[in-house]
Amino acid sequence: MSPQGRLALVLGGLVGLLVAVAAAALFLGSAAISPGAVIGAVTGRAAAESVERVVTLSIRLPRIAVAALAGGALAVAGVAFQALTRNPLAEPSVLGISGGAAFGVVIGQSFGLGLTVVEAVGLTGFAFAGALLAAAAVYLIAAVGRAAIQIQTLLLAGVIVGIFFASAITVIISLLDFNRLGGVIHWLLGNLAPIPPGALGLFALLLAAGFGLVLSHARELNLLALGEESAQQLGVNAERLKLMIFTGAALLTASVVAFAGPIGFVGLVVPHTLRMLLGPDNRLLVPTSLVGGAIFLLVADTVARNVVAPAELSVGVITSFCGAPFFVYLLRTRYRGTL
Amino acid sequence: MTALAEFRAVGFAYPASAKYRARPFRLANLSFAIAPGEIVGVIGPNSSGKTTLIRLLTRVLEPGEGEIALEGKRLRDWGRAALARRIAVVPQGVSRDFPFTVEELVLMGRYPHAPGRYFENPADVRAARAAMDATGVLDLAPLALASLGGGETQRAIIARALAQEPRLLVLDEPTAHLDLRYQAETAALLRRLNRQRGLTVLLVSHDLNLAAEVADRLLLLADGRVARLGAPAEVLDESLIASVYGCAVRVDTDAGTGPPRVRLLYGRGVAGHV
Repeated sequence: MSPQGRLALVLGGLVGLLVAVAAAALFLGSAAISPGAVIGAVTGRAAAESVERVVTLSIRLPRIAVAALAGGALAVAGVAFQALTRNPLAEPSVLGISGGAAFGVVIGQSFGLGLTVVEAVGLTGFAFAGALLAAAAVYLIAAVGRAAIQIQTLLLAGVIVGIFFASAITVIISLLDFNRLGGVIHWLLGNLAPIPPGALGLFALLLAAGFGLVLSHARELNLLALGEESAQQLGVNAERLKLMIFTGAALLTASVVAFAGPIGFVGLVVPHTLRMLLGPDNRLLVPTSLVGGAIFLLVADTVARNVVAPAELSVGVITSFCGAPFFVYLLRTRYRGTL
Repeated sequence: MTALAEFRAVGFAYPASAKYRARPFRLANLSFAIAPGEIVGVIGPNSSGKTTLIRLLTRVLEPGEGEIALEGKRLRDWGRAALARRIAVVPQGVSRDFPFTVEELVLMGRYPHAPGRYFENPADVRAARAAMDATGVLDLAPLALASLGGGETQRAIIARALAQEPRLLVLDEPTAHLDLRYQAETAALLRRLNRQRGLTVLLVSHDLNLAAEVADRLLLLADGRVARLGAPAEVLDESLIASVYGCAVRVDTDAGTGPPRVRLLYGRGVAGHV
């Protein structure tokens, strides 16, 4: 089958699955609301101030939207970083980029920035600056003075930078009034709590920009697998490509960290699962990862909300429980020969 | 007839913090031209500038002095994609973990013909299949490149370059890792592409005999300079080769008609060398 045909088939299936999962998530939650009441709220038959209406439309629905957006963004960022570094295990959290962005967000929060639209722009700016800082540190450690970046060195540099920023965050939290950063602990493991509609719109806009940058260079990312020199000799402006992809992936990561926290491993689990299904073509992986990531994080969040009800787990706990064994699996089997 | 590609007094030195190599190296006053339809072999010892020459010709590196022209137009005035429609490079190999199939690899050669296109169109697929057919890898199209042997991998990579439909095919050590049978196959393939399609070829090789066998003219580089440029019989001169490579050789010409053969005389150094 042609690549176009496979993309249409898999993308169609994934979109159907996403709709089904989103619908199911709407019915599940710690507040005991009957399926009939949920349907009533969605179709507008419930009273304006009724519990089922508030829970369904103001809590569950926005949360579903945040989970889907964040999951899609992280998965696309994973594909982008994997192609950019030519490293199958690269991913925003493994590379330390999420840690740097989280550091930026904590700095921003310590200045009192919240999630009104204007403040959210500032917060994302801090997250983006933190992501750049972490990426620069990883690059300096792994690349300077070497002819080619070694996969192992890059991963180690990412882990070290991640540990450093985690410690820096702990220092800031310790120094500041805990009440001011009350939600931080929960947020650090990923918090998909509903965000205001204005901020949600901004979040979607930022992600659309990052996704557009990656999608529009998906074909060039394939050529990058030949090596930078061969890609240039095939007509790719390699320096510009790397800048565009890095900017797009960092924007996706920073936005998710600012609005939902540093959720790990989505960018590893989703792209590799799709690779087993579709092969290595980034033109298929980028769009399908957007939808696949949305499904994965939505399922993870629904589990997190319900598994210890009425209490709640952070969604990052679920993604790490899936992601860490998956990372080991990739390390021991599929990429054994190259690592 | 105007040259297809021309180096005019080209000089180049890697910057101190060398990205590509560890020790300082420079090309100086390099001038030569490649005529349409000919096969030029570039030979010379390690670090004589062979790979640098390819990088300069494909604008991976910019010359520090002089200029390079393609079809009479300065190289820096060509766009990258337009350049890739004229010059295709066969690199020494691809990385071991290259994940794509043969057909996907060859289709990558279509990129410069429509960089803005998300998927290749049917014309691209036809061009890719014709290229695979020309190098005999059409049957291998759905296989992962990493699963192929050395000779098949080489033919798949050459097919990718042919899919670019270039005027000039540049090969960087095409037989470096191949056994005798594939060396012979590669030589035959290059001659066939040259005769049947008028494809111009620049062959960079350590293998003096392959270069002499295939090329119309040889360019012998030594320390970034042209040591000699001319017909194989002129360039493969015993004393010249001995002084450039620092070892004793014997050059035989079979029956006065065939290309010269270089034979290494083991254990017999040249004066001034070990």
